[in-house]
Amino acid sequence: MLHFERWKITLIVLLCVAGLAYSAPNFVPRASLEGVPSWLPNQQINLGLDLRGGSYMLLEVDTRSLVQDRLQSLLNDVRVALGNERVLYTGLGIRNSDVSVRITRPEDIEKARTAIDGIGTTIAGNVFSALPERDIAVRVSAQEIVVSLTEPAIVARTQSAVQQSIEIVRRRIDELGTTEPVIQQQGASRILVQVPGLDDPQRLKELLGRTAKMNFRLVSNAMSGEQAVATRTVPTGTEIIYTADAPRSPVLVERRIMVGGDKLVDAQPAFDQQSGAPVVNFRFDSTGARQFGEVTRNNVGRPFAIVLDDEVISAPVIREPIMGGSGQISGNFTVQAANDLAILLRAGALPAPLNVLEERTVGPGLGADSIRAGEVAAVIGSIAVVVFMIASYGFFGVLAVVALTLNMAMIFAVLSVLQATLTLPGIAGIVLTVGMAVDANVLIYERIREEIASGKGPVPAIETGYNKALSSILDANITTLISAAILFQMGSGPVRGFAVTLGVGIITSVFTAYTVNRLMLSVWIRRRRPKTIYL
Amino acid sequence: MRHLKLIPDDTHIPFVKFRQVAVAFSLLVIVASVALFFARGLNFGIDFKGGIMIEIATDGPADLAQLRATMGGLGLGEVQIQEFGQADDVLIRIPSPAEGGEAASQEVVNAVRAALDDVVVEYRRVEVVGPQVSGELVRSGTLAVVLAMALMLIYIWFRFEWQFSLGAIVSLVHDVFATIGILCILQIEFNLQMIAAILTIVGYSMNDTVIVYDRVRENLRKYKKMDLGELVDLSINQTLSRTVITSGTTLLALLSLFVFGGEVLRGFTFAMIFGILIGTYSSIFIAAPVILAVGVSRDWSGNTTGKAAEGKSEAKA
Repeated sequence: MLHFERWKITLIVLLCVAGLAYSAPNFVPRASLEGVPSWLPNQQINLGLDLRGGSYMLLEVDTRSLVQDRLQSLLNDVRVALGNERVLYTGLGIRNSDVSVRITRPEDIEKARTAIDGIGTTIAGNVFSALPERDIAVRVSAQEIVVSLTEPAIVARTQSAVQQSIEIVRRRIDELGTTEPVIQQQGASRILVQVPGLDDPQRLKELLGRTAKMNFRLVSNAMSGEQAVATRTVPTGTEIIYTADAPRSPVLVERRIMVGGDKLVDAQPAFDQQSGAPVVNFRFDSTGARQFGEVTRNNVGRPFAIVLDDEVISAPVIREPIMGGSGQISGNFTVQAANDLAILLRAGALPAPLNVLEERTVGPGLGADSIRAGEVAAVIGSIAVVVFMIASYGFFGVLAVVALTLNMAMIFAVLSVLQATLTLPGIAGIVLTVGMAVDANVLIYERIREEIASGKGPVPAIETGYNKALSSILDANITTLISAAILFQMGSGPVRGFAVTLGVGIITSVFTAYTVNRLMLSVWIRRRRPKTIYL
Repeated sequence: MRHLKLIPDDTHIPFVKFRQVAVAFSLLVIVASVALFFARGLNFGIDFKGGIMIEIATDGPADLAQLRATMGGLGLGEVQIQEFGQADDVLIRIPSPAEGGEAASQEVVNAVRAALDDVVVEYRRVEVVGPQVSGELVRSGTLAVVLAMALMLIYIWFRFEWQFSLGAIVSLVHDVFATIGILCILQIEFNLQMIAAILTIVGYSMNDTVIVYDRVRENLRKYKKMDLGELVDLSINQTLSRTVITSGTTLLALLSLFVFGGEVLRGFTFAMIFGILIGTYSSIFIAAPVILAVGVSRDWSGNTTGKAAEGKSEAKA
């Protein structure tokens, strides 16, 4: 047990040196690592959001509103299809999650059905189904035709909405100028967002909390918004939308969208040349510019509403046709609001609202305090363990402490190389490892004591000690490793960080406390050839 | 220099003799824990209950009465306000709004921020957990603890015999129940970290139990004729020094975390300290007696290759 072949010694020493080398970057300031060539260890451990401050958010794409939107457009398609076929109908509307319509003349039913069926398309990209799947299902009962969205259609739509949302969320967050945000899909309809080191996490929420669906619509000239509210009449093809600014007043706008926000190519915050107030300048693509030019030419003198997320931002009167495809939005903006609106318009609209299911934001102050507290606890805990081990085992205790130090270095090295995330519970995991890592040494030393007490000489006692302790060491560590593995699987964020350091610590501690310790002891015995050992 | 010895070299403490007392005591603890769990309940944090938690730093010592008045005026239900570690650090807990789902929670956060703006120097932490996520966390947390125990059970079964596996699982359940009991009594917040603490306790207690069992197994091979009670006692005594020293170093590390590791980790480290103590107790007083109660077949080691190795090492009775 105490004999090591040369290649084994080399390997063990190399591993220890690598551990020291790869943990080293963590003990110098980050800035001083920039000049280090890439072939040298230069990676530091990633600090989790709870240590460096930042925001964690779990968002969910609102699938219900997604389905509602889709039903709304399905309804429009049905109306157009039936109109084209000159089919008479009544009661076209959305009920539950279907679009239903009553066909007046029974002889039209087959025609209507074919027309409506023609609206549907096949869903592309589903490799698992042998038959191409349709996105709508049409049922006829008596004189009623019911159109519903198929399950695969909803799934496909959710998937593409999530993908699109991720892209837009990324663009919005990039505008905040933070480093290394994490944006990824989780499950079917969720998006995980982690943004480290934000000064103002509230702003992130404001940016993500808005759908930013913008469009330009004419204000109805049938009556004023107040009149419509007072008389409770809404002329066909119009709806009441309130202004964003307080006092919120109703505006009667046409339902028809003249130019959509998707035609925007750029939006920038600026200041109005006359009033000096913050505004947002925007520019359309060529289609948008043509549509915008046409509308403004045909409607000079009418107010034109700019609608964002079902609120009227402003409704300026068109003074002259705007042919250049660019314009200006002036609301009652603060500089920040104008800035944010520009970001939202540039990044584009979300396909559906995002709900915040879970939010965890840690300010930079708490993060720094946590690091400091963790460091103090780790140092004091380590000193206590070191003193205890040396007091209990003397010289052998010193060997255990050397192994423990190497163990710490290796934990840091592994975490740095894997780019694992260190969290506050992760630091607790390291401190706990300090306490538990010496267990292997304790097991071995206690065993050696027993063997000496039974009358064995130093070398056989040590050999038997290592031999017999091994099975206990493995059993004991494997059980803790099971805990760590399960925590890693189920945990998220900080708790997962605990599982990582605990798991890594267990593996490295078996190597250092058993193998490295044994090597040190074997070298010592070969040099000193002790007749007795005091343990 | 004499080495520190917490446990004298050659102890002969008759642990097995105390087993009736220990079992009675442990049964009492378990029954009390279950009763407490249903009567008083755990102080579930927002991770499992849903809700909003805001930690603020104030300029100078916080005026809690003033804060309570301000928050009370918002009509947000049962708001808890407490000092958190320091006088200028306050933790505010707000229940999830009854209606309006996830979006309503965000509105509450905005309302609180608006109300507290002049007293707050820094928002140290804002956590919002919606009902959907908290439900999932309860499920996955429970699943994790059960799964960990099941896997360990299988591992022990595989490595030892079913009697050992039974003893190990009884002592694990004992430890988990006792820990939950103490958390009920002290009303320490039960959050996600607590699941990590419980899993660590489970791992540690198992670790301790395995060490004793390993020795029992070894002695079973060595002393074929020894009375099982005597043999269990011998095994516990032989491993006692290790048990105490390892618990000692682990407790030292945890105590350091408890004292210096900051307020956020305090509940977590407390649970672990308690768990290590109870885990050490249970592996001596519960796990070992269980084998005694169900008995072990003693001829199983006869055919293993281990016998040859054992034969060489001199047996000292």
